[in-house]
Amino acid sequence: MAHEHKLAIFRGTLKFKNNIQKIWGVLIFLSIITAVEVVLGIIKPEFLIETTFIRMKLLNWIFIILTIVKAYYITWDFMHMRDEVKGLRRAVVWTGIFLISYLVFILLTEGDYIFEVYNTGFQSWNF
Amino acid sequence: MDTTVTNNDAEGTTWGGGNKPLRASYGKLMMWFFILSDALTFSGFLAAYGFSRFKFIDAWPIADEVFTHVPFIHGNFPMIYVAFMTFVLIMSSVTMVLAVDAGHHLKHKSVAFYMFLTIIGGIIFVGSQGWEWATFIKGDYGAVETKGGKILQFVDTDGNRMALGDFAITQVGEREQHLNKNGVWFSDEAAPTTYSIEEVKAGFEATPNALIRIQTLTENGEKTVLSREESLAKLAKDGKLVVEGANLIHNEYGAPLFADFFFFITGFHGFHVFSGVMINIIIFFNVVLGTYERRGHYEMVEKVGLYWHFVDLVWVFVFTFFYLV
Repeated sequence: MAHEHKLAIFRGTLKFKNNIQKIWGVLIFLSIITAVEVVLGIIKPEFLIETTFIRMKLLNWIFIILTIVKAYYITWDFMHMRDEVKGLRRAVVWTGIFLISYLVFILLTEGDYIFEVYNTGFQSWNF
Repeated sequence: MDTTVTNNDAEGTTWGGGNKPLRASYGKLMMWFFILSDALTFSGFLAAYGFSRFKFIDAWPIADEVFTHVPFIHGNFPMIYVAFMTFVLIMSSVTMVLAVDAGHHLKHKSVAFYMFLTIIGGIIFVGSQGWEWATFIKGDYGAVETKGGKILQFVDTDGNRMALGDFAITQVGEREQHLNKNGVWFSDEAAPTTYSIEEVKAGFEATPNALIRIQTLTENGEKTVLSREESLAKLAKDGKLVVEGANLIHNEYGAPLFADFFFFITGFHGFHVFSGVMINIIIFFNVVLGTYERRGHYEMVEKVGLYWHFVDLVWVFVFTFFYLV
């Protein structure tokens, strides 16, 4: 059952000697990301809150991107997706990404529409 | 056991199940199928949370103000405990992947040791989540619900939160909880709150530095604080019910939907962690008893490992969308 492991992360810029070292390396990387998220969540730098990009605060963009980065390394290195064949990898990852993006897109659009109805309607909701 | 272990009997027969087009065993492939479908379930929950949040985007509770407690320590520590829980779960993911690695090298004892650490990590996480729930249900400052189901919270003129007990005036009264044994069996009411709405209203009027904070967010993303006159008028006109803590119907932190989604999403995730711990315990005993040693490979550890990492993966998203964004 001894599998071959691919031991390089960050597109080959960081190579590890063996699988156990790679696991600890990924743990350190994930911990740093989590720490950055928590610190940003506590201090909430004003610049990142005031600036918006496509109707969302820059801070929230950072959180979401860091989350996807974390998810990538958990799937690729802890779940060994890096060592699976392309077919399996794509079948799992793209199915998920496609369906989830679609679901999120329609639900958020609908939620925003209902907010507008509440917000601009004649009926008062604040009583 | 034939169904859980694919052996090599069918090797070479294309239609006999021996062919592995994706070079992953039957068991691992099925685990990936399950993980993908479970990921869609979780994203359904999180997307529904996003839907409700976008629906009330100008009045959603601020997670930083809701989850501020750390066990055994008093004070205001937003995020700290959840960050700790996240770290515990990532750490138990690491011990799991170390167990899988030890399994590849057929190191019987290290597999058992790392599985044991993984189980401990899982138990710490589930316990922490139970504590989070208890704190959330018990509540913090208390609030008043209006006729329209909106939440009014109390602050002093410096903007610090005030608990109901800080200003409510206790009045003598004979109000008792209506139990179904005292009337028709289908009619009863919830246990009365510490202070009645009349006591809160009287206390609020008698406390000149008390103000009301409504749910609507300002442009800076903070809750709107009403002036003293507006506060008095609002409480007298709309205040209807005292709310302490949160359940599926009332929620002192803001929109009841927030509490509903909190219970549903973290509950569903906690249930996954709990089942993960149970499965890990079974596999741990199998390792200790030498089942996989005799089988010649530790693929079962790899399969439960996939599930365990998935639970960690989901938590990463729950953490972001519930506590950070």
